Amino acid sequence: MLSFNTLVAVCLLYVMGLFLVAFAADRSAARDKRRLLSSPLIYTLSLSVYCTAWTFYGAVGYAARSGLEFVTIYLGPTLVMIGWWWFLRKLVRVGRAQRVTSIADLLSSRYGKSNLLGVIVTLSAVIGTTPYIALQLQSVTLAFSVFARDRSAGWNVPDLDATALWVAGGLALFTILFGTRNLDVNERHHGVVTAIAVEAVVKLVALLAVGVFVVWGIGGGPANIAQTVDEAMRATPKDAWTITGGRWVGLTFLSAAAFLTLPRMFHVLVVENPGERQLAVASWAFPAYLFLMSLFVLPIAVVGLGTLPAGENPDLFVLTIPLHFDQDGLAMLSFLGGFSSATSMVIVASIALATMVSNHVIMPIWLSIRPKEATVSGDVRQVLLAARRLSIIGVLVLGYLYFRMSGGGTALAAIGMISFTGVAQVLPAMAGGLLWRGASRNGAAAGLITGFVVWAYTLFLPSFGDAGLMSAGFLAEGPFGIAWLKPQALFGVSGLDPVVHAVFWSMILNSFAFIGVSLMSFPGPLERLQGAQFVNVLDHTHQTHGGVFPAAVAEDLLVMAQRTMGADAAQNLFQTQARAQGKEGYLPDTTPDFIARLERALSGSVGAATAHAMIAQIMGGATVSVDDLMAVADETQQMLVYSSQLEEKQKELTSTARQLSAANEKLTQLSIQKDAFLSQISHELRTPMTSIRAFSEILRDGGAKDAQAAEQHASIIHDEALRLTRLLDDLLDLSVLEHGQVQLNPQREVLSKVLDRAVAATQSLIVAEDLRIHRDHAREQIVIATDTDRLAQVFINLIANAAKYGDAKYKRLTIRVSVRDGVLRLDFVDNGSGIPTESQAMIFEKFARLTDNAAAGGAGLGLAICREIMDRLGGAITYLPGQRGAAFRVTLPLEKIPHHGWN
Amino acid sequence: MRFRREPLFLARQSYRRRRLEDAARLLPMLGVFLFLLPLLATDIGTAAQGLYLFTAWFGLIVATAVIARGLTRRPDISYDPDSNHSPTLSDAPSTSAKRREGRD
Repeated sequence: MLSFNTLVAVCLLYVMGLFLVAFAADRSAARDKRRLLSSPLIYTLSLSVYCTAWTFYGAVGYAARSGLEFVTIYLGPTLVMIGWWWFLRKLVRVGRAQRVTSIADLLSSRYGKSNLLGVIVTLSAVIGTTPYIALQLQSVTLAFSVFARDRSAGWNVPDLDATALWVAGGLALFTILFGTRNLDVNERHHGVVTAIAVEAVVKLVALLAVGVFVVWGIGGGPANIAQTVDEAMRATPKDAWTITGGRWVGLTFLSAAAFLTLPRMFHVLVVENPGERQLAVASWAFPAYLFLMSLFVLPIAVVGLGTLPAGENPDLFVLTIPLHFDQDGLAMLSFLGGFSSATSMVIVASIALATMVSNHVIMPIWLSIRPKEATVSGDVRQVLLAARRLSIIGVLVLGYLYFRMSGGGTALAAIGMISFTGVAQVLPAMAGGLLWRGASRNGAAAGLITGFVVWAYTLFLPSFGDAGLMSAGFLAEGPFGIAWLKPQALFGVSGLDPVVHAVFWSMILNSFAFIGVSLMSFPGPLERLQGAQFVNVLDHTHQTHGGVFPAAVAEDLLVMAQRTMGADAAQNLFQTQARAQGKEGYLPDTTPDFIARLERALSGSVGAATAHAMIAQIMGGATVSVDDLMAVADETQQMLVYSSQLEEKQKELTSTARQLSAANEKLTQLSIQKDAFLSQISHELRTPMTSIRAFSEILRDGGAKDAQAAEQHASIIHDEALRLTRLLDDLLDLSVLEHGQVQLNPQREVLSKVLDRAVAATQSLIVAEDLRIHRDHAREQIVIATDTDRLAQVFINLIANAAKYGDAKYKRLTIRVSVRDGVLRLDFVDNGSGIPTESQAMIFEKFARLTDNAAAGGAGLGLAICREIMDRLGGAITYLPGQRGAAFRVTLPLEKIPHHGWN
Repeated sequence: MRFRREPLFLARQSYRRRRLEDAARLLPMLGVFLFLLPLLATDIGTAAQGLYLFTAWFGLIVATAVIARGLTRRPDISYDPDSNHSPTLSDAPSTSAKRREGRD
């Protein structure tokens, strides 16, 4: 026979088993054997903390009261899981990328690491979860009391309050032992998760066992059960089992929202998530788990209703049916199932809540109390652990107190719904933060506060009944008789069930406030940075870089990190980072990238907002300020400037290279020209030399027959010698001009006089060639200040050329003088056939003669010399095409004699 | 004489994968539809409703399992945080995860 002592002994054994499992899991995790621990199976089973004692016991009661409706509590999570590709995948990715430690941390991190949001979510989570923990304690004590009543022979009825206290104490011990062992990487607790997985199996097996016993042991098979169900439906008063649209849709939505936002669900779903592969498996395996959990609920309910005496609490059918049929072993298993459900929920919930409370309430307060000592004072790690342990105890104490005060009278399901609605208020801010970059901190805060106020007003406070803050009159009439403020018929909406009514209005007003304020507010830089990272997490898993923090001292950071993460982990991190930066030792440069990584590492222990605050304390300011963003922008700007400078320089180099290659080409050409020049000059020298030698040999050998012939020979020799002298003179002249060694004698003279001199110098040639020169003397009365002798030389050359090379029948040379823009222009135009276009370019080159008209007696140096002279004088000589004859234009700036280059 | 013809789209694998992603996105909508259907059939009794609901539920689970397995097996799944065994924080650049959603 099952005695109370046996029950207690089995319970203790079971708990010890859990301790062992958790201990073994932690050990193997520490030895890096994580394959089993991070298997999809464990992850899926750990999600079963969703199924609490409320589910285990309460679902049957719910089914007994409302028929199929209980299933909505599972349909919501099923829809969320099978839609994992939409939302959960992103949520998990964000959780891993940002090292999120709790749902409060997620919101705080998303909205610019704002601790305000962290505090709001933490407080609401505590308010929403405390009744739920009380509910678990109540279910365990109720289960004990059932045993006490049915098997009271021989043992004292235990004190229910004492039982609850013992249970709470044991849970606190377990949670502290395995929930606060490690603070590092990502808040994962292998021991706890594995124990939860074991408990998940226990409760599933227990419920299935009871279900199988009920269907095949008592009910007589599925067909009979179906018949019983329909009979039970007809037996219930007033269509209580009929599905109604409002509740059906509302509760499905509510459970889906709560599945994402319950602190304990967020903890196992996101924080303890080992990877996306596990999520992919859980997407179908967890719905399958829920499916099995709810498969036998309705049969148990109807069989309980049919076989047990009326007035039996349907919430405990799972226990009372086996006891009624004297199946003590099954009852024991069922009890353990309920016990498992309760304990796993309480453990995970208190870990999640303790993380939130210590990271968002205790640590910020502690940091602000000791402002300058985060780096140098005692071990932050110890403080953090102590804070977390205290928080766990605090949460459980709160739950116990709530249990004591509420007295455990209300139906279990009601508390569950109230709690769900409370935590679901986080959903708009969470979903908005992940999907919409425009969601702002103020919007999130406004939405959360609005949602919680509406929830408290329409559901939470009325749930206390008359004893609470709201009297029956208040509920019926509204505050001060204002009908449209009636808590359960807000704005005159009276057709809804109270829970659906509360869900409807709280979510609607919450979303309105969230979106409205978000649209109107302007987020800070850090907020926008985080927003972009959260929303685009699937596109890039990189961190964006902040500014440069010159004030940061790596050593201070290391000291602080050691005290927060533990010495080994911190040194490892710093060393790896230093090596990545190419440095030896433990102190990397405090680059923005490093700071961001460190901050995320710390936030894995203390939450984003606290980590941010701790680093900010050392850095002497917020890590990302507008200035930093400006600095980043400046840096980008500088990069742009630098690259454009580079481009400029490259262009410069290219042009220099081009110039160099041009110069090279010119040099090559010059060398060719020089060769050509040498061969030309030897040719020019050789021709007269040959004739001189020939005639002088004739004279020497007495070859001249008479004096006249001798004289003729001698004169030929003389002429050729003259020609040689002239050539040499010209060469000398040219060389002197070309090397700039000429001495100029600037003097003022009237242009006409210079021309007169030139004409006079060439008089003999003019007469010989019968050249007629046309001049306009009136226009020539211009005073010029230059080396007029050299200028005259140019004129002589041009006039002589016209005389020698002009091929007209009546040779004529027109000299036109004009002044334009302070430049004197002289055009020498003859009436010959001119110079062919293809030759115009080369007439100023040395030895460039158009025909080998040696008779003209020139060496082809005249125009080359002219050009050099004009260059020296600061003017120019060009060929002027299109004048129906050869035309040369001499230009000379007036009143401007270049002084440079004369030495 | 016949030649073996190449498939028109060579990227058959990635095409299939994108259709799988589409299916994964559409599945919850199918779920919503299936779960709301009992509201329209209240006269058939709780037992029949329950039978229908659990059948539909089971079907959805099987469909999700097939799709999730497909998504995990197809080569495109690139982001795998597990492969990162470093005790430090080098989790950031998983550069192969450059997939963009919403292609054809």
